[in-house]
Amino acid sequence: MAKQILLKNIEVPGLAGFDVYRRLGGYSAVEKALKGYTPDQVTDEVKKSGLKGRGGAGFPAGMKWSFIDKKSDNPRYFVCNFDESEPGTFKDRHIGQLNPHQLIEGMILGSYALGANAAYIYIRGELFYVLNIIEKAINEAYKNGFLGENILGSGYSLNLYCHPGAGAYICGEETALLESLEGKRGNPRIKPPFPAIVGLYGCPTVVNNVETIAALPWIVNNGGEAYAAIGTGASTGTKLISACGHINKPGIYEIELGLPVEEFIYSDEYCGGIRNGNSLKAVVAGGSSVPILPADLILKTAKGEPRLMSYESLAEGGFQTGTMLGSGGFIVMDHTTCIVKNLLTFARFYRHESCGQCSPCREGTGWMEKILMRIEGGQGTMKDINLLTDIAKNIEGNTICPLGDAAAWPVASAIRHFREEFEEHVKLQKCPF
Amino acid sequence: MPLLKVTIDNIEVEVEAGTTILNAARQIGGSVVPPAMCYYSKLEGSGGKCRTCLVKVAQGSAKDPRPMPKLVASCRTLVQDGMVVQNTTSPEVMEARGAITEFLLLNHPLDCPVCDQAGECHLQDLSYEHGLEETRTVEERRTFEPIDIGDKIKLHMTRCILCYRCVMVADQLTDQRVHGVLGRGDHCEISTHIVKAVDNDFSGNMIDVCPVGALTDQTFRFKSRVWFTKPFDAHRECSKCSGKTVLWMKGDEILRVTGRKDKYGELEEFICNSCRFEHKELNDWTVTGPRVIERHSVISQNHYETTAFSKLKKG
Ligand SMILES: Cc1cc2nc3c(=O)[nH]c(=O)nc-3n(C[C@H](O)[C@H](O)[C@H](O)COP(=O)(O)O)c2cc1C
Repeated sequence: MAKQILLKNIEVPGLAGFDVYRRLGGYSAVEKALKGYTPDQVTDEVKKSGLKGRGGAGFPAGMKWSFIDKKSDNPRYFVCNFDESEPGTFKDRHIGQLNPHQLIEGMILGSYALGANAAYIYIRGELFYVLNIIEKAINEAYKNGFLGENILGSGYSLNLYCHPGAGAYICGEETALLESLEGKRGNPRIKPPFPAIVGLYGCPTVVNNVETIAALPWIVNNGGEAYAAIGTGASTGTKLISACGHINKPGIYEIELGLPVEEFIYSDEYCGGIRNGNSLKAVVAGGSSVPILPADLILKTAKGEPRLMSYESLAEGGFQTGTMLGSGGFIVMDHTTCIVKNLLTFARFYRHESCGQCSPCREGTGWMEKILMRIEGGQGTMKDINLLTDIAKNIEGNTICPLGDAAAWPVASAIRHFREEFEEHVKLQKCPF
Repeated sequence: MPLLKVTIDNIEVEVEAGTTILNAARQIGGSVVPPAMCYYSKLEGSGGKCRTCLVKVAQGSAKDPRPMPKLVASCRTLVQDGMVVQNTTSPEVMEARGAITEFLLLNHPLDCPVCDQAGECHLQDLSYEHGLEETRTVEERRTFEPIDIGDKIKLHMTRCILCYRCVMVADQLTDQRVHGVLGRGDHCEISTHIVKAVDNDFSGNMIDVCPVGALTDQTFRFKSRVWFTKPFDAHRECSKCSGKTVLWMKGDEILRVTGRKDKYGELEEFICNSCRFEHKELNDWTVTGPRVIERHSVISQNHYETTAFSKLKKG
């Protein structure tokens, strides 16, 4: 049985209500921290835990917190990134919907550590029903004295707000999120300065993912070292994986980091193998943005070692033969899948979601989609395949925010690993699937 | 404050703290200056968007000599002491600039023959210098219907590169913002939300800050190619602005009035609509001399001989 930190009580009926959550030990971390720890001690525990950001980039959370400008006279803000919109990623919703108090408890802990007296949960607009659940939970937390003035008599005060987006993937990029939260058009900001120095309303701000924040209560309750003992050492703790595609048991799984990919795909505890006994063709391991890998490279690294579900093992081999853990959106494709068609779907998404602020992403994403549409539709040329590689290369690294990279990597990797399939589309002048 | 030393394309310059790489390069001048399509020194928050000014930072600073991992927008990256920057000396930068030019032209109509901006268009200059010889796109280009922004300004969204300069003018110079960006990605559109005219004394500056032919002067539309007109510095008493302008003349006729631009195509001062649109008679103005166009572009090929000026003086 896998370690359960985030989903331990997830199936308990009524968990979204304050009473059930509290009865199961909820808010004990807030009591522990506010009564026994200084804010810096909370930060230290998070540093010791080795917890990495679960939003996709995998930046160590404790380190990010320590960058916050504490010399500034301005107020500080803690913001939860609940914009979850990456194709294949649907893990944060699970927490928000079924265990909102765990998120709220984490928000209180993070805000306390950072010295923030106002915090925001920025939630994807399409998740309006989750917003309602969270707002109800926030009200309960206020009523029970865990939010508001002078929490538990500690002298620490916190107001927590939940704010819906209006349907833009780009608002998951943390600086676009802050712009949107300020009521502006959600264009990513040019960095530096980073939010830890100039964030919400120009004030020092930390943005963390829902899952990152939901891990905080356990870390405070059990200690950073206990968290760090789980996993591989370099990848500590547990990770939610939202598994979808051609598997027998799609769903959300909490895994201990370091689990072999093969076990994750084939064991009955997790994905339960490929549907209809089909053979595995490819996996997109961390949400639509990360490079796609063919079956042999997702199960084993180029060196022939078993590939593990961890930051370092999935990245082994760089982009030539590796990928990224990303946000944990695990998309499995069997041999009936057309890689070109799948890529076209991704490309259409990025074109639709590009904010249009910087030229490589604005123009390049649309161009790639149009070319892929032609190839899939049987009107592509061999030249188009190289052109796609070129466009992806010209976008990558040259944009304001990583959405450009996110659009370029799937294209570059699909052609790198499945070039024959593109060529077959061109030769046959139609999709072979 | 001690000055910071930065080397750009092997040329060293000392600049004040807080200077961007682009402005440090402008202090050196000449070919080390990266092109800038969206940055505008007089507009707060401008820059970073078009990516034409990307450069390579080969050494971050004297203290931390590591190179920066990606190319950076020189208009938004501050100089550090001991920084080493490569612009034209880096093949990687030149390649990226070619790529950016290709992206900017991808949906551009290439209608220079009928565009009023031709001859003083930054995109035209950029593509002469960095463009590919042949287009690699066969896709249909994005098009929009031209719209009137008030009765003096025409918006050809099809030509727009979304530099946001005009939006910033609307935001920063005019007191009531009615002009923003609608939509997303390659469907973005400069808008006046949607039909409200930009009705403000300084709105005409949007035309001058536009690097391409997206915003043009309706009072000048199709009157002449710019290279057939001759620019003269002129001024008048004005209660709203400095009254210092450039008159673009054909014979004795003033075809167009604009602000005075420096060699990077930036206005020295913003001028009011009254000077720009309503004073087209020679006796409205005191003409002081021919305008030397320093910026290297199609119009600078023209000869602004003093003879034209003396003829004008004689009347
Ligand atoms: C285009 C784009 C979309 C993103 N969407 C999300 C998102 O929906 N949720 C999220 O937590 N992070 C998202 N991120 C990552 C955030 O910018 C940021 O790194 C993250 O919220 C930091 O939290 P973490 O350190 O806890 O992972 C996105 C990034 C980009 C470039």
